[in-house]
Amino acid sequence: MATLRRHSVLPGFNLALGFTLLYLSLIVLIPLSAAFIKTFTLTWDAFWAHVSAPRVVASYQLTFGASLAAAAINAVFGLLVAWVLVRYRFPGRRLVDALVDLPFALPTAVAGIALTALYAGNGWLGEPLAKLGIKVAFTPLGVMVALTFIGLPFVVRTVQPVLEDLEKELEEAAQSLGATAWQTFSRVIFPALLPALLTGFTLAFARAVGEYGSVIFIAGNMPMLSEITPLTIITKLEQYDYAGATAVAVVMLVTSFALLLAINLLQAWMRRRQGQR
Amino acid sequence: MASIPFSRPEPLAPPPALSLARIPWVPIVLTTIALTYLALFLFVPLAAVFHEALKKGWGVYLAAIADPDAWSAIKLTLLAAVIAVPLNLVFGVAAAWAIAKFDFRGKNLLITLIDLPFSVSPVISGLIYVLIFGLQGWLGPWLAAHDLKIIFAVPGIVLATLFVTFPFVARELIPLMQAQGREEEEAAAVLGASGWQTLWRVTLPNVKWGLLYGVILCNARAMGEFGAVSVVSGHIRGLTNTLPLHIEIVYNEYQFAAAFACASLLALLALVTLALKTLVEARAHKEYSR
Repeated sequence: MATLRRHSVLPGFNLALGFTLLYLSLIVLIPLSAAFIKTFTLTWDAFWAHVSAPRVVASYQLTFGASLAAAAINAVFGLLVAWVLVRYRFPGRRLVDALVDLPFALPTAVAGIALTALYAGNGWLGEPLAKLGIKVAFTPLGVMVALTFIGLPFVVRTVQPVLEDLEKELEEAAQSLGATAWQTFSRVIFPALLPALLTGFTLAFARAVGEYGSVIFIAGNMPMLSEITPLTIITKLEQYDYAGATAVAVVMLVTSFALLLAINLLQAWMRRRQGQR
Repeated sequence: MASIPFSRPEPLAPPPALSLARIPWVPIVLTTIALTYLALFLFVPLAAVFHEALKKGWGVYLAAIADPDAWSAIKLTLLAAVIAVPLNLVFGVAAAWAIAKFDFRGKNLLITLIDLPFSVSPVISGLIYVLIFGLQGWLGPWLAAHDLKIIFAVPGIVLATLFVTFPFVARELIPLMQAQGREEEEAAAVLGASGWQTLWRVTLPNVKWGLLYGVILCNARAMGEFGAVSVVSGHIRGLTNTLPLHIEIVYNEYQFAAAFACASLLALLALVTLALKTLVEARAHKEYSR
């Protein structure tokens, strides 16, 4: 390993890196590669038949559509929440700030049954909505609500630090040059926040695509209508269709890795932007 | 313009907290919308957990928690966390030591790989262990021949928990230790401290708040994981159900009050997690900004 690194007076490199690589391989890399290796035992036609079955395609549409909608809602309201938390002072602000992370800390199954109870026909929010003719629980709309819940902190937490570091001088300069409040926001503040906003959006989207626990309670899980892709994997597993389950899982994994790459690129852009100032 | 007396300019008022503040109703409207959104998606669901749990009174609540199946689920949840958190803690320290204190090729790739479990769907996190240890898996026949059970048993649950909580400590420690540099450790080494002494007396005290932060988040996820554990558990009552899985079973049996009673325990855990996290953040902020 000595050729891999420059000389250092500190000991423990071989032990620390060796343990890191061993543990990473045993817990993450080898198990993950199992999914790909299992898929390679399928012929291309068999793989394609598994991942393009109508029921599976319907689940992609729901999963990606609802995730996109939820991430978009969170982008808009997350930006607003970050703005309010950074720029305004109101009683209980610190408590609200701490509670924004609730979806990270609350187990997904708890979130799932709580949202279902709320949005069911006789729930606190479901009953008034039902009178308006809107059904949320056990419909695709319910899936979107659950995904909005679990994605809520991402945009807030990526935009918040950037907004805090934003120099007030820029805004004051814009205003002294005659910009209206809206112009200052749209031409000065928003462009500075955009990399963070896109990063938060993509993080929320990536999390929503794989989400399972909070969704299955509220979704109703009707095939072709309200069945998310992670659930089709579980359904196939329960029918001992390991090859089918793994094929769909590989599609999901490749999507996740593509999103991870996008997130890394966005974060690099964000750092470059912040480094400039 | 000479007629204007040359006077000291008025002392500048502190800049307005916000440029839009000049329009007085904007902050009020924006704050109201933001808080309504948070109320609908965060506070009301949280309140609903406790409301539903206590709907049928304390008797039903306590009975649901004292149920033997609930107890065994609580014990299994604690067991999984007690194994997963320390292992991932040791891994996090080792990974951060290698990455922050040394230069080597492929470092960025390694950091990305460590974060990988966060971008994998929980369901797939369970599935991959079924592919290896399940009856039809790579090691399935061998395990069956030796009468060892991993899938649909406790070891599988621990493995799935390890996977989903894998990055938590490492991703807190790596940037923190990178930011702190190597000078203190190098000074300790030059003064004759051994590697372990340097780690225990210099590095770990320097990063204790970041470490604690990672452990708190790791523990919350370990105790709350649902999807990954659900795939490998087999849902055997009293044996392989963690608390989140127990909640699902009870809920699907329409014992809503009992399900929410158990859920309220996890909601309390989440609130304690948030409180500790906020506390640690404040302490860390004080210490690291010095």
